[in-house]
Amino acid sequence: MLTYIARRVLYSIPVLLLSSFLSFLFVSYAGNPLATARQNPRFSHQTLINLTHQMHLDKPVVVRYFYWLHDVFADKLGKSLITLQPIWPDITRTLSHTAQVIIISESLAIILGIAVGIYSAIRQYSVFDYLFTSVSFLGFALPTFWLALLLQIAFTDIYLKWNIRIFYTSGLNSTPGGSAWSIDRLQHIALPVATLCIISFALYSRYMRASMLDVINSDYVRTARAKGVPEWKVIMRHVFRNALIPITTVTALNIGGLLGGAIVTETVFSLDGIGFWFVQALNSHDLYEVMAYLVVTSVIIVVFNLIADVTYGFLDPRIRYD
Amino acid sequence: MTDSSISPRGSSPAQPTSPPAPGPDLPPPHAGGVEGTLEAGLQLKVRSQWSYARMRFFRHRLALIGLFGLIVIFGAGIFANYIAPGGFSAINLGNFQYLAHPSAKHIFGTDELGRDEFNRVIWGIRTSMEVGVFVAVVSSFIGMFVGAVAGFYGGWIDNLLMRITDLVLTLPALAILLTASALLGQGSQWRISAILVAFFWTGIARVVRGVYLSLREKEYVEAAKASGGGDMRLMFRHILPNTLGPIIVNGTLAVGTAILVEAALSFLSLGIKPPTPSLGGLINDGQANPQDWWLTVFPGITIVLIVLCVNFVGDGLRDALDPQQRRMRA
Repeated sequence: MLTYIARRVLYSIPVLLLSSFLSFLFVSYAGNPLATARQNPRFSHQTLINLTHQMHLDKPVVVRYFYWLHDVFADKLGKSLITLQPIWPDITRTLSHTAQVIIISESLAIILGIAVGIYSAIRQYSVFDYLFTSVSFLGFALPTFWLALLLQIAFTDIYLKWNIRIFYTSGLNSTPGGSAWSIDRLQHIALPVATLCIISFALYSRYMRASMLDVINSDYVRTARAKGVPEWKVIMRHVFRNALIPITTVTALNIGGLLGGAIVTETVFSLDGIGFWFVQALNSHDLYEVMAYLVVTSVIIVVFNLIADVTYGFLDPRIRYD
Repeated sequence: MTDSSISPRGSSPAQPTSPPAPGPDLPPPHAGGVEGTLEAGLQLKVRSQWSYARMRFFRHRLALIGLFGLIVIFGAGIFANYIAPGGFSAINLGNFQYLAHPSAKHIFGTDELGRDEFNRVIWGIRTSMEVGVFVAVVSSFIGMFVGAVAGFYGGWIDNLLMRITDLVLTLPALAILLTASALLGQGSQWRISAILVAFFWTGIARVVRGVYLSLREKEYVEAAKASGGGDMRLMFRHILPNTLGPIIVNGTLAVGTAILVEAALSFLSLGIKPPTPSLGGLINDGQANPQDWWLTVFPGITIVLIVLCVNFVGDGLRDALDPQQRRMRA
């Protein structure tokens, strides 16, 4: 197992380097990185020339890539091209906010999804099953940003009509720099959490149901029933535990989708997370901030892919890695 | 009475057919009578794989609902010139009302410039439809050819394909699409479609490659090879028809995904830009007036309905084209 993990990590290093190189090429060729700075009247011609030289923008792209790569390791992802501020503090701050939202929403989605999936599978074709099948079909068809907007409009309306503040509809805290774990913060992040949770719940409940049904129809479950094991014990011991195995993989592989969902959700709720930060970087054409986002998220995704494979091998002894 | 349980027709006991059995194309000799229907029932009707698939599809209730919904919605998009003749940005100056609530006159209300929201949604449907269908068709074709070559030959081309898909999978899909469209795509629906195709084909190629990998070892392919079939003949004449099922299903579902992604890009104002109408862009416009819910709700519901119908049809096609999978999912 350890050699397998080591081999996977070694393989993912060239993949990450190549993907960052290709993104760098693409981002560099696609637009003039100093276009925004050029429009700024406070930047004189000489400043721009100095800046170009200082940021190595007068060098060929491949050379710039290696300068950038050096910055990534030596200078923690380097500095922003527009504000000339270090990127790392922004990344840690926004990523911690995104992580808080994603962890809460995923925990809820997994618990609810598994519970609903189990019940739908043991009461297949019941009203409950049909209801939640429709819910998940709807969840697959819902644009994340639209769901977020609907929640935002609904709770803004409640506040404006009856002056009841249940959940805040934008921002992170009522006062800047508020506590990360307070009622106020929870009121602020409740709607983003709900948005991401509904979308993920649709996926997990569907997978859990399918995976339960796969196991329920297998031979050893029939054997267990034939032996006279009580039904709840069959479901919880024999079926449920094995049905969980595919879910772990699905959850870990869903991280890419979640980060994408975070981009739109955070933008709707003006939440200071990494997705919103990325959209702002894109809008200001900040080459190095965009690259920083792509690098950080690709590392996260690669790590989660590895976790998915390793847990799968750990939970299902039929899978052998060597 | 015991016979009735055996005979599929139930009403009359099965009799041995005395006249020589007619060919499958010939009409039954005594059409209309009890015996006639009985014999017709006993005849073997030649059915191809595709006619079985068609039968299964038309028995799938949700798929039919989806198909009907798509015909209505896409029909509205195709005939947008007739349904919403003024065009996307028409302003009714004769009876000017801005931010009007939905009413009999403006069933989806009007926006802050007095433009009829229904008109705008209809034109938005046309754009979404163009993006969805274009992306699905083009990326299916590219994916089909690349997947076929990679799966059939293996070797470096297969390696290259798998490495490309690995690269695509290391980044959040929406993030690369956003980067691409922010830096080079914004504007018309065709640029956005081209960007979507550049990422969508890899998924379909992976699926096709998998099917080719397993089918190229089958006996019938070997037989075709032994009787002198060249590589092209094996790939496209013998194996391809068996991969069409997954390709069609994935292509159909790609229509929905492409529409969702395009809407998200346009919503973040990094996708289709005005004056080209788009449903995501409409929702983005509506965000400026959050009190006027109809500007957000109606374009959104339209997107949901389109994607829901596409997914229903895709599910029906999956069940129709790959009946084994249905048993597993049951």
